[in-house]
Formats: sequence, structure tokens, C-alpha cells
Amino acid sequence: MNTQSRTGTESRPPSRWLWFFQLASPPHAYRLLGLWRPWLLWPALLLMAVGVYGGLVLAPPDYQQKDAFRIIYVHVPAASLSLMVYVMMAVAAAIGVIWRMKLAHAVAAACAPIGAWFTVLALVTGSVWGKPMWGTWWEWDPRLTSELILLFLYLGYMALRGSFDDVQRADRASAILAIVGVVNVPIVKYSVVWWNSLHQGPSITVTQLDKPAIAGSMVWPLLLLLLAFVLYFGAVLCTRVRTEILQRERNTAWLSEIGVES
Amino acid sequence: MSLGDFLHMGGYAGYVWSCYGLTAVVLFGMEWSSQRRLRAAQQHARRRAQIAGSQS
Repeated sequence: MNTQSRTGTESRPPSRWLWFFQLASPPHAYRLLGLWRPWLLWPALLLMAVGVYGGLVLAPPDYQQKDAFRIIYVHVPAASLSLMVYVMMAVAAAIGVIWRMKLAHAVAAACAPIGAWFTVLALVTGSVWGKPMWGTWWEWDPRLTSELILLFLYLGYMALRGSFDDVQRADRASAILAIVGVVNVPIVKYSVVWWNSLHQGPSITVTQLDKPAIAGSMVWPLLLLLLAFVLYFGAVLCTRVRTEILQRERNTAWLSEIGVES
Repeated sequence: MSLGDFLHMGGYAGYVWSCYGLTAVVLFGMEWSSQRRLRAAQQHARRRAQIAGSQS
């Protein structure tokens, strides 16, 4: 690592965050994200195949919900991702505002449409699950309502971005919305605990991974699919952040150096 | 268990398969559209680089 200080004073130690800022240089990030993507995408697809097989074939039917419970394997990962992606978007936006880091803003902007789609998936699969179990497609229940607000936050974030011609102003304005909206995340997460919700409680809890609320033969496909969704999100995010970098970079001299084809 | 039983999903076939189908479509769609956008941005950047190169 280059320890030479730019100011010329030898006393200043190299920042321990240097790697972080190197990572944030557009050409470096662009190349790195391209290298990471296949390592996220293929394991994700493999885990999905195994997880879906485990969930649809190997797991026994639930004693109450019968085979309808199998919707859990797509519903829970989608819902988890809808929250995780939002937190990531808000953290990236905050880093972008605090350190004025363009790459962080690019990550936040890239997160929004992916998170919105996961939210749509969670809402629709939940609705389809609710119909046979609760007898209704929709109920203004705390969990369902707060998840719908999450969707509106994503859509609002994207609409706000789209309303600015200047990227930097769009970054700053939308970052504030993303950061403020993060209060909705714990509300979604704990709505089933705080209020008397129609929605069932959590099947797996991070602090109690050893004793999930569902049987072992049912839980491992769920954990596998959750991991698969995270990796898949990572793969899609790589592509979208690279696109953001290209769209933001006015100076494209580095493009020919690294070969824009890859 | 026969294939028919499996597809029948204990009477919940419509609910279960529509959820899995929708998830597959959305996941594939987000990957596909992201790739398409990246290709478009790359082409745009390449064209810009060419114009810049021809001017200097």
C-alpha cells in the first residue's frame, strides 16, 4: 500500500480506511464488481435449486397449513431481502452524504429498484398465502400495512431521484428520504411482536437459531433460500452499480484501459 | 408420491405454483433487465470515448 503522504509531512500515518477509499474509485470498483458477480450468481442459483428441492419435495407438509406452507420458501426470503436491501440503501446513502462518496450514492441508487421488487414479491406471495389461510387477500394489519409503506418508500425514493436533472442533487435529496424512512424497518420487523397481528410470528430468530419455531426438515431449505436470495441480490447489485458508475462518469478515459466490454 | 400428487400440492396447487412462478419471473427479470441496462450504458460510454478520441 502506498504510504507516501500527499501533504509531504512524513508524520501523518496512512489512514486505516485507505482501502475503503481505493475501493470507491470508479475504475477500481467497476472492475472489481465485474469480477465478483459470477461468484455471487452461480452459488446463488445452485443454492436456489437445492433449497427449492428441499422445500417442495423433501420438507413434509405442515400439520395445519398442509402444502400451502411451502409458500414460506419464497415469501420469507423475499420479505427479508426487502428489509435488508432498504437498510443497505439507507446506510449507503448516509455514507454518501457524510463522506461525499459518489460510489456510495451509486450503491444506494442501485439498491432501490431491486428492493422494490423484493417488496412486491413479499406482498404478492403473502397475499396469495393469506387467501387460503386467513380467507382474505388483504387485511389492514400492522405487518401488511408497514410492508406496503416500505414499497411506497422505495417508489418515493426512485420518483424523487427521477425528479432531478442533476445527479448530485438527486443523490443528496433522495439520501435524506432513504435515511428518514429507515424508521419503518423495525416497525415492519417487530410488528408481529408488538401488535396483535394476523400475520404469524417469526419462524427463525437470529438469537435462537438453534431452536427455530419450525422443524429442522422444514428450516434448512428456508435458510438455504435466504442465503441464495442474498447472493442473488449481490449479483444483481454488482451489475446495477456498474451501470450507475458508467452513467455518472463523465471522464471515460479509464474505460479504454480496463476494457469496457467485460 | 406421484408426480400428479406433487403438482396437486394437496389442493393448494394454484397458490403454491403461482407464488413460485412469480418469484422465478421477478428474479429472472431483475437480472435480465440489469444486464440489458449495463450493456446499453457500456455502448453509450464506448461511443462517447470514440468521439472524444476522434477529436483529440
